[in-house]
Amino acid sequence: MPSARVERKPKMLKFILKRLALGVLVILGVVIVTFIMTRVVPSNPAAQWVGPRATPEQIQAAKRELGLDQPLYIQLGIYIKNLFTGNLGKSLKTHQPVIEELKNYLPATIELVLLSTVIAALIGLPLGVISAKKKDRWLDHFSRFFSVGAVSLPTFWVGLFLQLIFYRWLGVLPLGGELSTNIKLFYQVPHVTGFLLLDSLITGNMVIFKDALLHFILPGITVALYPIGLVARMTRSALLEILGEDYIRAARSYGLPESTVLWSYALKNSLGPTITVLTLSIGYTLTNTFLIEAIFSWPGIGSYIATSILSLDYPAIMGVTIFAALAYVVLNLIADIIIALDPRVRL
Amino acid sequence: MTELLKIENLKVNFRTFEGVTNVLNLESLSVAKGESFGLVGESGAGKTTLAYTILKLLPIPPAFVESGVINFEGENLLKKSEGEMQKIRGKKVSMIFQDPMSTLNPVFTTGQQITRVLQHNQGLHKAQAKKRAVELMNLVKLPDPENILSKYPHELSGGQRQRIIIALAFSCGAQFLIADEPTRNLDVTIQAGVLQLIAELIRETNVTVLFIGNNLELVSLICDRVGILHRGQLVELGSIKEVAKHPAHPYTLTLLRAIPKEKREKIDLTQIALKAEERLAEKGCRYAGRCLKKEKICLEEEPALKHIGGTHYIACHL
Ligand SMILES: Nc1ncnc2c1ncn2[C@@H]1O[C@H](COP(=O)(O)OP(=O)(O)OP(=O)(O)O)[C@@H](O)[C@H]1O
Ligand SMILES: [Mg+2]
Repeated sequence: MPSARVERKPKMLKFILKRLALGVLVILGVVIVTFIMTRVVPSNPAAQWVGPRATPEQIQAAKRELGLDQPLYIQLGIYIKNLFTGNLGKSLKTHQPVIEELKNYLPATIELVLLSTVIAALIGLPLGVISAKKKDRWLDHFSRFFSVGAVSLPTFWVGLFLQLIFYRWLGVLPLGGELSTNIKLFYQVPHVTGFLLLDSLITGNMVIFKDALLHFILPGITVALYPIGLVARMTRSALLEILGEDYIRAARSYGLPESTVLWSYALKNSLGPTITVLTLSIGYTLTNTFLIEAIFSWPGIGSYIATSILSLDYPAIMGVTIFAALAYVVLNLIADIIIALDPRVRL
Repeated sequence: MTELLKIENLKVNFRTFEGVTNVLNLESLSVAKGESFGLVGESGAGKTTLAYTILKLLPIPPAFVESGVINFEGENLLKKSEGEMQKIRGKKVSMIFQDPMSTLNPVFTTGQQITRVLQHNQGLHKAQAKKRAVELMNLVKLPDPENILSKYPHELSGGQRQRIIIALAFSCGAQFLIADEPTRNLDVTIQAGVLQLIAELIRETNVTVLFIGNNLELVSLICDRVGILHRGQLVELGSIKEVAKHPAHPYTLTLLRAIPKEKREKIDLTQIALKAEERLAEKGCRYAGRCLKKEKICLEEEPALKHIGGTHYIACHL
């Protein structure tokens, strides 16, 4: 009898490739729809490109230079063709390549989102486990109250509220930004990966690391709140069901300690759905972060997209949209792979 | 004969939407060291509930133990703390479960599950535990042990899984084994093999057994003595010979005839099937409602176990 797991690897590869192909189609769709939408809105990209004091001749020249005199579908074709070489066009406002600007703004956002998600898992999972274990006791009530609050409070309100408490009243944490101004003035800010916390840590720059960490706390909590509630609730409900299963009773009948039963035998069974939901929630967290960045003056993609939308800088809007779509596709793929990793799932 | 397990006045109830239902009401039941005691009763009689009560694995709530004593080696299990029970479970008292499909953890390989138990209960190192796991696979006659141990439960057949569950029950030298209908959910074609394996292991290890079954014929293959359980109460008790050859309680009679065999006249099975809505009467014999021979006294007084010769007891007024 051939082992089921030997056949699994090629199947898995085929599965991933199929999902990837689907993902490319999704992104292509997003590109087409966004492109058309940003272009049917009445605006004059050429005039924006040359600035407010340009003559009609200059605008005409810019139109030709940017290819705006071509029919829309040709423009779209050119845009997609450039996309494959990593060329997202130039920002109408700054005349800088959009891809370069994304590279500048993205790390701060990605750091905020990923770190908050990790924190959410580290807090949400134990919270859910304890909640399930102490079902209907005060700890469970507290944890459920907290999780429901965490997923239902408007994030901007939470952000402002935290600022009020920790900056205004207690004065222990900074209001916003990624670093204090005087630190930025007096120290050389390291730049290795673009992730500030990571960079200052690997270059051993503890002063900057500490300052960056203090700045991270409030936006980090604000971003993490929603996934914490989500993970805690998922874990709790999954565990409650699992704790009633026969194999849990059997595990106890073998004399295994309750800690093993709970944190290993039961938790591992609930991990699949929880991680899947957490992964998918990163997409939501990402868009949520745009707003939070504005509240905390976080130098990420959120502030970039805000100014781009206000000035109808369509190459920049396209760039951010494509990034967001890409993130969704990748996260979905990861979630699918996590589900498929469960030995019970047939590919 | 020394008693290993002695149960007295045990009352176990379930609290449901409709109120409190009594599921077990055992005046007295004991199992001697080295003995194989069989417990027979229809579905819903409370057999599994008894097994869970002994190991303190009842789902509380909805279940609760109203009163009683379960002495094991002279100590009342019902008074033991969860920590003390952990030292008894698996090591002194082990259990084979009814349903092999749901007893193993689906996200660990069978090898991981067995070595985990061995490491914890016997303090073995990982390598030792793995070696012992292979030995156990040989013990339960599963060919190609390494392969089996590397598989997840869903990759194995019901018979293979039940053999692994049997291996787990015999893995840590428990002196008391509860086997809860170990062949009930298996394919008929493999039932005999699994039953034979259990019988062999019991003989080899000299373990004391509480063997639960839903028919007398099956139980008589393993056991010396048998108790008939009806709605949580023992209605007949005696050696296999006494009960099988000279069944005295009306319920045992119908139960014996319920074994499908061409020779026996077909009887109306609906007569012994418990209806869900059937509530326990306030007083009287719990079997009276279905008893063909019932008299006035049956509806008024609850019969106690009475001696009718040898080691044979029944709870019946007639
Ligand atoms: N979780 C529960 N909630 C309420 N009632 C229960 C619960 N579990 C068992 N019972 C009741 O307890 C009674 C005995 O159940 P038990 O599982 O012990 O029967 P059994 O003799 O093992 O039957 P089977 O042969 O079907 O396994 C049943 O009538 C059932 O209705
Ligand atoms: Mg049962």
